[in-house]
Amino acid sequence: MLAKCQKTFYVGFRAGQALPEKVKIVEVGPRDGLQNEKTIVPTETKIHLIDMLSASGLPVIEATSFVSPKWVPQMADQVEVMKGIGRIPGVSYPVLTPNLKGFQAAVKAGASEVAIFGAASELFSKKNINCSVDESLQRFNDVMKAAKEAGVPVRGYVSCVVGCPYEGKVAPEKVAYVAKRLYSMGCYEISLGDTIGVGTPGSMIEMLEAVSKEVPISALAVHCHDTYGQALANILVALQMGIGVVDSSVAGLGGCPYAQGASGNVATEDVVYMLHGLGIQTGVDLSKLMDAGAFICRTLNRKSNSKVAQAVCKL
Amino acid sequence: MAAVLKLVNRGTLSSAMGQQYLSFSSAPKVQAVGFRAGQALPEKVKIVEVGPRDGLQNEKTIVPTETKIHLIDMLSASGLPVIEATSFVSPKWVPQMADQVEVMKGIGRIPGVSYPVLTPNLKGFQAAVKAGASEVAIFGAASELFSKKNINCSVDESLQRFNDVMKAAKEAGVPVRGYVSCVVGCPYEGKVAPEKVAYVAKRLYSMGCYEISLGDTIGVGTPGSMIEMLEAVSKEVPISALAVHCHDTYGQALANILVALQMGIGVVDSSVAGLGGCPYAQGASGNVATEDVVYMLHGLGIQTGVDLSKLMDAGAFICRTLNRKSNSKVAQAVCKL
Repeated sequence: MLAKCQKTFYVGFRAGQALPEKVKIVEVGPRDGLQNEKTIVPTETKIHLIDMLSASGLPVIEATSFVSPKWVPQMADQVEVMKGIGRIPGVSYPVLTPNLKGFQAAVKAGASEVAIFGAASELFSKKNINCSVDESLQRFNDVMKAAKEAGVPVRGYVSCVVGCPYEGKVAPEKVAYVAKRLYSMGCYEISLGDTIGVGTPGSMIEMLEAVSKEVPISALAVHCHDTYGQALANILVALQMGIGVVDSSVAGLGGCPYAQGASGNVATEDVVYMLHGLGIQTGVDLSKLMDAGAFICRTLNRKSNSKVAQAVCKL
Repeated sequence: MAAVLKLVNRGTLSSAMGQQYLSFSSAPKVQAVGFRAGQALPEKVKIVEVGPRDGLQNEKTIVPTETKIHLIDMLSASGLPVIEATSFVSPKWVPQMADQVEVMKGIGRIPGVSYPVLTPNLKGFQAAVKAGASEVAIFGAASELFSKKNINCSVDESLQRFNDVMKAAKEAGVPVRGYVSCVVGCPYEGKVAPEKVAYVAKRLYSMGCYEISLGDTIGVGTPGSMIEMLEAVSKEVPISALAVHCHDTYGQALANILVALQMGIGVVDSSVAGLGGCPYAQGASGNVATEDVVYMLHGLGIQTGVDLSKLMDAGAFICRTLNRKSNSKVAQAVCKL
């Protein structure tokens, strides 16, 4: 099990490292979250959710994915969503673009930021998109070229940065390699995803130390899953290492596709609660964020995965 | 947390309280919390398993005595060094603990493992020792209102009431652990001053408690407020005598435990399967799950002596019996694969 370290090691934390004053939260609920929900959500609901999230002060809201509806039916209304949301100046609404065709459709629909992705595990890449990690990155070359020409910033996602459902433990050097590739290709920010949530503060630090040798800390984000309850502790050590960008999902939308019924994305409400308690600015109004969470949970007819939401609502 | 918990009339807690808790999450000024330079984490952490007492006490279903005994025996088999077995409080107040004597006499006690029990007064202490207890626990709140509402006296009065327990324990050579509740926030008072927590912790320590467990009773703490509180307390009580008892009501427990470890604290309270909801927020979670704590500690290379697999067996057993889902995310994740 990934929780067992072969050797005892002390994890000494960075001398005198102050936490960031501000943290940028990248809200992935409407895309990553809903994509992993079984119920197909009506377009108006998606739009309303995104509008409520915008109203809560979130600076980045991943709106949808320009992947073929054949693969991801939940995102079939990608164009309507992009056109239907109320876009607040200063707020970014990135979309996933798995290939050039998707990129072109995204820009046509009004997207002004996109995201691409690579895995830190060869087996995961093979099983998910039927090619090696290097091949998958090469496929994005034309997206990067088109994005550069169009002046559209690109965010890079790396999955399986700690563990892989097929390979087990993932080497930090591999994560660093993929992160560096994405950064060299022109991604302005690299989001490091603990896809199956097996990371603990120890393995997070080990991975982040390797990656930060290749990519500046200021260009890194963490995308922690809460499948084993470790997300907030993992985010905390990332902050201690100077990382200032955190991905999360309102109401913890998006279960883990590899462990049926288990949780996946960390809940934005819980992250914001911690950050504000630490005196870190996020620009987010927790109350309004919780309204958005309550709305989508009512619509999906399910309980929120956010503990803050569960605690406050039950009083 | 408090052994004798008068049923709180939830009607007295308005929805405004919910919003008040959100205010725990906003620090009025920006402060970057610099963490201790070069502080290594402890090599070993002692886990104090409170499921059978604190956990079951807050469960609605009355659990049969044989089940409690079997649970404790399974927990013993998992390697936990300390298992809080029961509470010698009047069954009138806490029906769940009415079988206190049978439980103490029925469990298989592993040499080297401690089975402390709560003793709210001298009578309880005497009954506990008679039933075979070799360690006891007493408690105080860091909030005056909480003390008043729960046991109808001030904090100082509550501590004085324990004087005779301390005296008897000393004479009998029985070690006493002290619990402090509401170390960050109180459901009635709101934010609790770190100095007050330090005061109560110091009193318990001076009275002779060998260890002081600091409880975030309503789970509102975040790493920032935890550090603030621990800094104040550690000025009065040695870190080696401190433990943290974090509730996961707002999902902050593991992060809070982590910063406590970073400050050198080496004792953590937790509850198998996260037994024991929060009595102040119906349906919300309370105790942090031992499985999730052990997962984090082992991932950090910290020794606990606990076999996570066997611990999860114990958690699965009690959840089956209570017919409820585990509150442990590790349990939820592993069982669904």
